[in-house]
Amino acid sequence: MSALLELTFVLLALASCRGLQDGGIDEEPELVFQPSKFGSLWPLPQKVQISEVSFKLSPSNFQISDAKESRSGSSCSLLQLAYRRYYDYMFEGVKKVDRSVRADPTELLELQVWITSPDTECDSYPTVSSDESYELSVDQPVAVLKAPKVWGALHGLETFSQLVYEDEYGAKSINYTTISDFPRFAHRGVLLDTSRHFLPIKVILANLETMAMNKFNVFHWHIVDDPSFPYLSKTFPELSRKGAYHPYTHVYTPADVKMVIEFARLRGIRVVSEFDTPGHTQSWGKGQPNLLTPCYSGSKPSGTFGPVNPILNTTYDFMRKFFKEVSSVFPDSYIHLGGDEVDFTCWKSNPDIQKFMEQQGFGKDYSKLESFYIQRLLDIVTTTNKGYIIWQEVFDNGVKLKPDTIIHVWKGNQEKYQLEMANITSAGYQTLLSSPWYLNRIAYGQDWQGHYRADPQDFKGTEEQKKLVIGGEACLWGEYVDATNLTPRLWPRASAVAERLWSAKEVTDISDAYSRLSVHRCRLVERGIPAEPLSPSFCPHEYKGI
Amino acid sequence: MHLTGLVGQEGEMLNMKVMCSENPGYSTLLNYTFLLFIIQQIGLVKVQSVWPLPQTCITSTERYQLKPQTFSFGYRGQLTEQHSCSVLDAAFKRYFSILFPDYPSGNDTLQFTENEVFTLTISLDHHDCEGYPNQDSSERYKLNVFAGRASLNAETVWGALIGLESFSQLVYQDDVGSYYINKTYIEDFPQFKYRGILLDTSRHYLPVPAILKTLDAMAYSKFNVFHWHIVDDPSFPYQSHTFPELSSKGAFHPVTHIYTQSDVRRVISHARMRGIRVLPEFDSPGHTKSWGKGQPVLLTPCYRGGNPSGAFGPVNPTLSSTYQFMAALFKEVATVFPDSYIHLGGDEVDFSCWRSNPYVRAFMQKMGFGLDFSKLEAFYIEKILNITLALRKTSIVWQDVFDYHERRKSLSVVEVWKQGCYLCEVRRVVKAGLRVILASPWYLDQPGPTHNWARYYNVWPLAFKGSEKQKQLVIGGEVCLWGEYVDATNLSPRLWPRASAAAERLWSNEKQTFSVDRAFPRLQEFRCKLLRRGIQVEPLYVGYCKHEYQSV
Repeated sequence: MSALLELTFVLLALASCRGLQDGGIDEEPELVFQPSKFGSLWPLPQKVQISEVSFKLSPSNFQISDAKESRSGSSCSLLQLAYRRYYDYMFEGVKKVDRSVRADPTELLELQVWITSPDTECDSYPTVSSDESYELSVDQPVAVLKAPKVWGALHGLETFSQLVYEDEYGAKSINYTTISDFPRFAHRGVLLDTSRHFLPIKVILANLETMAMNKFNVFHWHIVDDPSFPYLSKTFPELSRKGAYHPYTHVYTPADVKMVIEFARLRGIRVVSEFDTPGHTQSWGKGQPNLLTPCYSGSKPSGTFGPVNPILNTTYDFMRKFFKEVSSVFPDSYIHLGGDEVDFTCWKSNPDIQKFMEQQGFGKDYSKLESFYIQRLLDIVTTTNKGYIIWQEVFDNGVKLKPDTIIHVWKGNQEKYQLEMANITSAGYQTLLSSPWYLNRIAYGQDWQGHYRADPQDFKGTEEQKKLVIGGEACLWGEYVDATNLTPRLWPRASAVAERLWSAKEVTDISDAYSRLSVHRCRLVERGIPAEPLSPSFCPHEYKGI
Repeated sequence: MHLTGLVGQEGEMLNMKVMCSENPGYSTLLNYTFLLFIIQQIGLVKVQSVWPLPQTCITSTERYQLKPQTFSFGYRGQLTEQHSCSVLDAAFKRYFSILFPDYPSGNDTLQFTENEVFTLTISLDHHDCEGYPNQDSSERYKLNVFAGRASLNAETVWGALIGLESFSQLVYQDDVGSYYINKTYIEDFPQFKYRGILLDTSRHYLPVPAILKTLDAMAYSKFNVFHWHIVDDPSFPYQSHTFPELSSKGAFHPVTHIYTQSDVRRVISHARMRGIRVLPEFDSPGHTKSWGKGQPVLLTPCYRGGNPSGAFGPVNPTLSSTYQFMAALFKEVATVFPDSYIHLGGDEVDFSCWRSNPYVRAFMQKMGFGLDFSKLEAFYIEKILNITLALRKTSIVWQDVFDYHERRKSLSVVEVWKQGCYLCEVRRVVKAGLRVILASPWYLDQPGPTHNWARYYNVWPLAFKGSEKQKQLVIGGEVCLWGEYVDATNLSPRLWPRASAAAERLWSNEKQTFSVDRAFPRLQEFRCKLLRRGIQVEPLYVGYCKHEYQSV
């Protein structure tokens, strides 16, 4: 799915010394910033009422705390850590905290967080069916954030922090507000690729943090691929020792992986790992001899290798052990198994494979061989009690799938992916959309508008079919991306996807989105995230992390 | 790793000489290069290349170890410890950390004997450390690394800085962290004297540290002009002491989003220490919307029907107050910015507002311009040129001015920026006897997969029909990073390493640098060096650097 050749570098003839904008080449209409009635809320909550009445917040008097009635208390460190995080975000740059200052009568003193359900899920991992809803009422003297589970509370805290603004004298203020909110889609993901370039842990964590600010809830970790195998497997340490770019500096140790998973959990984010096979596995072969198919030129092995060798029992023994480990390392109930872009030429060249094809009665149809492999792999993964996500080719090739399989659509233009979504859902499978959200493709100007307009439920199908769309993912493939340019390339472009996946279907006003997104991006910048600009403009606090 | 002891002997035995541009896998012309290739493949010898490629560079497998504890910079000739050069003293400090990134945390704890001292001795033909680099400054240098020491000779301090950069790129670390340099001889000078980067601080404000960091990276790629497109329509961040209202009303924010006089001095001084000139651009009469906020009556009021519409157009060329203002502003600019060049802009003037204004039309009639507004524009520019001439500055204008100006003699340097057949335009300009800076092929504000660096490499600025003398009028080129979609969050990876591709085109000999395939591994290696120096440089393609970028 990385589709490196599809990188669309839009080479537009420059019409102007200043770039394209004055030349009228941009198709997008010119947007003018006008403060939105929804302030800088991003993604827009389902129901919002903001009044003109405003309260002050002072760093010395304001606090976030557990409501008396809350089922959660000080033992829930997930929430306690979040309180601190959001306090810091809201009062960033405010140095002195003088506890002796008397409260102003128009001051908001407290945000009480009230978890209503007996099982707060504080110590659990978020899942695809987690309740992420929350209700927020900002009133004097206390604001109340009510949520059935901690996941909703985390989102509510982010929303609350987005309501806080500086008045013209620099004082922190918040308006009387009522919000009732829940996500439109359950699966809202960002894919990062750590094989084509190694991403230091710090970069992954910073992006998890930014995902939480955008209410994304799935980190799809495309952890290994052809170029390198940075995952340090306890069962098969040779895989990274020989397959990583460097066996020590360019690997993810079990401790690293744990840290990523916990950091994500504390922000309500699932970590879905992808171990893509049988293609995209060149790096696996270095540490695991006999795993890949030897390619032949004429009657002799050419020395190169193709996809995983599907005809050997040793392959499946390896996969069984390997996925057993993976399923215990990654707590999420889903594993992404890849299955995309399998090149048949090597299989075709190999006489043993040809013989096997004959024995199995596959004729010349190598997609049958692929299906054969995938079937067995799915059976193996099923024994680990994990659900699986696979790229669309596996469905396209007619592999028999469990009914709860999630099919990830990544190919094609709008017409094609909509047809694919219709086909998948009419076959009764759940699906995820990524085709319009390949953010590694870049163009001059405001391409976020295109990402914003795409809608995963926009295809011909029944209501029942639409319900099978569980969400989508923004993908940032790594051919040309590493720690140097990842964050500004991803943000705020991924934020456009975030709103599409969270907010109500009817939220499509592009100029209102532009105004909110402009301020949202400045908020990201102020929080230390180098999110790139949308247009000529400025932020009150420019990026300083140079 | 355990073979490192062997390498010295091996190297001495073979004592092979190769061009620095040769890379493993790309060298089949010479037999000894092929030998070297084999040795490199088994991991014994490493040959560092210098980016941009020097004019002459011969290197051998003989190598010397460098140790931070015993390495020193030294002066020779007119330069002595007592009579030293402040620019070089500062450069020694910078380059010491670049040469030895692990020091003092490195694991070199052994004691060394006297004969292991490695000294880089520097001599200058002209002891001119106090001045500023200019268009005529020599950047020529000779670097000789042999017999366990190195000498660097340059005509000027600016050449010495460039030589230091080359020297720093020759030093490498082996797998256990020891530093080495191979026996090398370099004679070098730039193909083009003007090698610029344009940053736009009007469409987005760039904090001073972002500018300084860019200057650092420019020095690593041997760029020597920072073209500061400091003001434009969206904002006026330059704080003028003559007209403080310009920034207090025209900047995005009057306090946080401006460049104070001390900021500007800091930028100029940081640049000078790296041999970089700062060329200010105050673009007029178009691109001046932000000027109007702090300087009433400067811009032309546009009319709709018979009444002013409330909107404003380009600078009003019909009022004498305009020229008084411009003379005062440029007088200030001429003293604040020491460079002898000044960029006057002059591009993309929209005539519709002038046309709508009855006073402008009346002026046109009076001057006998008919309905040709380009004559009015020429009239304006002519006046501005006279102002800068009186200030003894050489002015640069965008090609638009050349295209419509009839009295081309008053022009001196033209910057070609439009797309299409840009070499046709270059040819027209040099035919008129004017100097040219080429920018068209190097508009880097468009994002692109970095493999597109080849587009910026495969540019041949002199590939037009013309005499030797005419070709000499092409004084250089410039990379432009316009700011519509660029600010401090994405500036660096958008600029580098693509600008480095342009840097080699502007510095190196075309005949030695025509091949993208041969440049690719060198550029990859250079990119990793830049990462190690903390510059946020995008990847060229799939792969890795030993030391990845560690920030976010």
